[in-house]
Amino acid sequence: MTVLAVEGLRKSFGGVLAVDGVSFAVEPGEMLALIGPNGAGKTTCFNMVGGQLRPDAGSVRLAGRDIGGVSPRRICRLGVGRTFQVTATFASMTARENVQVAAVAHRRGTWRPWRSAADLERPAAEALLDQVGLAAQAERAAGVLAYGDLKRLELAMALAAEPRLLLMDEPTAGMAAGERVALMRLVRGIATGRGLAVLFTEHDMDVVFGVSDRIAVLARGALIASGAPEAIRADPQVRAIYLGDGRTGGERPASGGRDC
Amino acid sequence: MLTRRGLFGTAAAGLAAPAIVRAEGNGPIRIGEVNSYTAAPAFTVPYRNGWQVAVDEINASGGVAGRKIEVLSRDDAGQPQTATQLAGELLNDAKVDLLAGGFLSNVGLAMSDFAARSNKLYVAGEPLTDALVWERGNPTCFRLRPSTYMQVAMMLPAAATLKATRWATVAPNYEYGQSAVKWFKTLLKARRPEVEFVADQLPALGKIDAGATVQALAGAKPDGIFNVLFGPDLTNFVRQGNTRGLFEGRDVVSVLTGEPEYLLPLGDETPEGWLVTGYPVGQVPAARVFEAAYQDRFKQAPRMGSVVGYTLLHSIAAGIARAGSTDTGKLITAFEGLPFDSPFGPAIYRAVDHQGTFGTFVGRTALKGSEGTMTDWQYVDGKDAQPSDAEVRALRR
Amino acid sequence: MGFLLVHALTGLAGASSLFLVASGLTVIFGVTRIVNFAHGSLTMLGAYVGWTVLTRLPRDPAWFALGVAGTAAALAALGALLEMGLLRRLYRSPELFQLLATFGVVLIVQDAALATWGPDDLTISRPPWLRAYVRIADERFPVYDLVLIAIGPAVLACLWLLFNRTRWGRLVRAATWDREMVGALGVDQRVLFTSVFALGAGLAGLAGALGLPAGSANLGIDLSVITEAFVVVVIGGLGSITGAYLASLLIGLLQAFGVVLIPKATLVLVFVVMAAVLVLRPNGLLGRGGAPTALAGTATPVRPPTRGMLLGWGLLLLAALAAPLVAGPYALSILTEAAVAVLFAASLHFVMGPGGMASFGHAAWFGIGAYAAGLSAQGLGVPMPGALLLAPLAAGVAAVLFGAFVVRLSGVYLAMLTLAFAQIVWAAAFQWVSVTGGDNGILGIWPPAWASGPAVVYLLALTLCAGGAAVLQRVLYSPFGYALRASRDSPLRAEAIGLDTRRIRLAAFAVAGAAAGLAGGVFTFVKGSVFPGFVSIPHSMDALVMVLLGGVQTMAGPVVGALAYTGLYDGLLRATAYWRLVLGAAIVLLVLAFPEGIAGAVQRRLRRA
Repeated sequence: MTVLAVEGLRKSFGGVLAVDGVSFAVEPGEMLALIGPNGAGKTTCFNMVGGQLRPDAGSVRLAGRDIGGVSPRRICRLGVGRTFQVTATFASMTARENVQVAAVAHRRGTWRPWRSAADLERPAAEALLDQVGLAAQAERAAGVLAYGDLKRLELAMALAAEPRLLLMDEPTAGMAAGERVALMRLVRGIATGRGLAVLFTEHDMDVVFGVSDRIAVLARGALIASGAPEAIRADPQVRAIYLGDGRTGGERPASGGRDC
Repeated sequence: MLTRRGLFGTAAAGLAAPAIVRAEGNGPIRIGEVNSYTAAPAFTVPYRNGWQVAVDEINASGGVAGRKIEVLSRDDAGQPQTATQLAGELLNDAKVDLLAGGFLSNVGLAMSDFAARSNKLYVAGEPLTDALVWERGNPTCFRLRPSTYMQVAMMLPAAATLKATRWATVAPNYEYGQSAVKWFKTLLKARRPEVEFVADQLPALGKIDAGATVQALAGAKPDGIFNVLFGPDLTNFVRQGNTRGLFEGRDVVSVLTGEPEYLLPLGDETPEGWLVTGYPVGQVPAARVFEAAYQDRFKQAPRMGSVVGYTLLHSIAAGIARAGSTDTGKLITAFEGLPFDSPFGPAIYRAVDHQGTFGTFVGRTALKGSEGTMTDWQYVDGKDAQPSDAEVRALRR
Repeated sequence: MGFLLVHALTGLAGASSLFLVASGLTVIFGVTRIVNFAHGSLTMLGAYVGWTVLTRLPRDPAWFALGVAGTAAALAALGALLEMGLLRRLYRSPELFQLLATFGVVLIVQDAALATWGPDDLTISRPPWLRAYVRIADERFPVYDLVLIAIGPAVLACLWLLFNRTRWGRLVRAATWDREMVGALGVDQRVLFTSVFALGAGLAGLAGALGLPAGSANLGIDLSVITEAFVVVVIGGLGSITGAYLASLLIGLLQAFGVVLIPKATLVLVFVVMAAVLVLRPNGLLGRGGAPTALAGTATPVRPPTRGMLLGWGLLLLAALAAPLVAGPYALSILTEAAVAVLFAASLHFVMGPGGMASFGHAAWFGIGAYAAGLSAQGLGVPMPGALLLAPLAAGVAAVLFGAFVVRLSGVYLAMLTLAFAQIVWAAAFQWVSVTGGDNGILGIWPPAWASGPAVVYLLALTLCAGGAAVLQRVLYSPFGYALRASRDSPLRAEAIGLDTRRIRLAAFAVAGAAAGLAGGVFTFVKGSVFPGFVSIPHSMDALVMVLLGGVQTMAGPVVGALAYTGLYDGLLRATAYWRLVLGAAIVLLVLAFPEGIAGAVQRRLRRA
């Protein structure tokens, strides 16, 4: 069954149409990359799926259920995990505690003011940290972790909720080139292993073409192409945007494309 | 009356305090005194000077019953809970024989309650609230100064002769202000049923918006104004009132305004002809000796607070001398009906409600050079400004 | 009509006076982020210095203006000294810590002013031109009030030009948004901050001196102006000078008409207005959303207590339990009050540290608990255990009702909304005489015979208060406690993992309110009485000082802070007439020596060792 189905999504800000009738779908175990130049509407799309923005028109269906305009908290409850462009973690806790909090929240165990939290979901948290390669950092405060490690921590926190859909906004921004590929290979493996659907935006074309099953290309708020990596690579319209006359923003598809 | 303070006491200081060993009957008689020295210094600093003069006089003349007097004084920071905390320290650690002091009404009430519970005598100096000797009167509590009721009642014979029939009132927004207004209305209505009250202003204590208050009073077109403001609020009120002409052609009755601590800051703006209670410094023949001694020592004329502090200590000494003991029961018996002297003349502590008959002066404000003063004053004895004993007994339950 | 006009003009004059104080406060906050509690003290010093200067000058308008300007300059110089000598050393401390330092300054200035100028209210004699009036609509209106009405907008215009048309102003505005960038431009940021603080202090001096013709220099000015100045700054939007002017107009006019329409509302009017504004506009009238206003402590890692620490707490508790064996009744009474202080501080710390919601009105819950206990015991004859149960219940319920509005805000706005609610509760306690007894309070609420000895009272208070504090501690290490800290550290992430941050913050608010209410209930039976002072701003400040002194970011902080502050306070109150001076100096020294609180410093040393 299709995990996420977006139909005719539309959003404008003060008369400027940011997203105009975008449709796409993500299947279980599939990784869909949403790419496009700056200002193409990627993050706006993302935030409508994640609940941070309410769509003006169109539908967002999660496993058949309309979640357009539902709060981020409810969306999380419905099985959507996400990472942010700028990492958001709990700086006053260790890496392990960060994941524990997420896991406890997922198991509806938050409203227990009397039980000690120290051992709640601890094995699960440790397993997740191990999975993302942070086992050695488990007892360090999130506030002192390196940026790349914070990205991994966010991934572990998102996975703690056992989502069916994972939203990753610029998951490798700010990371060294080698790290990027490693992180996304890890995600690839988890997606395949768990049947997790992954929707992500990314500037690094090596990453995009290396791990995604399908790619959707946005330009000026509209979807201009969608398909398997090979097809996208060959698409003349996409080539025009990325390699063409530069009217559309001058982003290079080369590896190490800049982050913003 | 709003000051910063903490609520609580220390562990270490109390634990470390050495036990006080004292031979009963030989050492000095200890009086534990608590007052709002930092919260209301304009009144309490002269007050402290006053009781210091009295203590020196008493000890120079051989003390009381052969024992010297010692006053242990504490600052309550304007907080009743701090006052009782310190009263506890004075009783339990410093082993004082009785308690005295108080400026704010709520401090006085808390001290009275605490003293009653500890079965110690408490002699209140300044707190004006009627409740101290009436609704919440305790057998162990005596009060020196005329209460709010008495202050108003003392002015009433003169106030009732004023022509004004449309009255407006202005008072600080707390119990003292509200009670004073209540008594003025009740007592004046009783004598002059035709008067009406057309406006009540209740500015927050210490935060008067004087221009607006004056304007609001003027807007009600009264021909008489009853004022309870004092201190900085009064200064602001008078300045705005003078400029805006509020007091012109109107009768003004004003509580406590004749007391030097509140009259002096008015300076050359002192309105003339207000009917006030107060203390005409330098004009009272009976007070000459005290005033000279005070002037000699502190290089300034005494204030009302000075007289209260001075008289409070002398009245306590008189009471202990009469009791011949510091036993609380004997002290109470001695204080009931106790005659004592004050710079204003002789007075007693009434047996019926433990209220002192130490009176005050009622007169008119006047400008002498660039300073405010009182004229046409007369001393009103506290015994003449009381409800009937039956009424008082009913109020004391 | 004429009546309305004169009232409006009176309101405008009041607005100008308010604005003069508030403008300096908002300038200082906007740039340095210092919540300058000493701003009222600077205004008071302005009045006293102004009196000293003006009484020695000829009394014509030119000399008057010169004297006022000189006073402002003197206060600016004093402000510069204060910034360089004290506040500059605290910019790296957690937010709000500077507030503690300025609180120390308030205490010092109080005693210094009393010692320098004496206890009497000091007035300048008004020459005829200061007494002059004009006739407006048949009413006499003071010329000086017209001057004040003009001075407000004039100062506003000068400040606007200063900040928008000078290089200095542009640098200052840049520094407001990005301190590092200004540093990178090669500008000495310290000089910039010092000059801003001096400007703010100068404005305070101006306000103090200009207030003299209408009143006096007296020792109550500091507290009487500071709260309303904060209200104006917050209503206007922190750091917004134009906003401060608009807010001054709003408050000034409302006051002027308020005293006519509802004279009894003088105690609460401004706070009701502030609460209404904040509920509708969480960043004030002209405040910019997203401006850095967070007061939450930096997210220092919090570790569960080690075995050694638990052992330490256990030993402390044992010692406390054994105290009645050695301590006399007075020592026990102060230990009792210390126990209450610990729970009061711990409850504030609960919302302020882990919850990230600094409260300037925490005494509200303490007071509601105290009144609930007192009224139920005395009015309804509820026995003590029942009254002690009602205290946290009532406070908790009230905290939920108020908290629903509070938790939507953040930073200083949140803190000031709690203050507004506390003032509303205070005014009710103060003015509803038939129920609360007004400022005379409720007396004679003593424990029953079985619990009346000092030792029993102490053990009871210790059990309830230490127990309450332990419960709060336990909750902090529960899943709920972690979720609370998560909501503080990153609301975005917290919501994204499915946490309802607002509900969590509200629940924390209720728990803290209930705990403070319990402290208040216990205190009622300890003192046998309840007074409106329990709900007052100074009492809220006590809690704030205790928490900050101990350290916001350590769980031991409130305990250490409560014991240190109450110990200092009680010891000094008995030891010296100048206790405020010494206490203030002690706070300033502690702040300089332990810029992260006493417990914070100790913990850091231990961890390093």
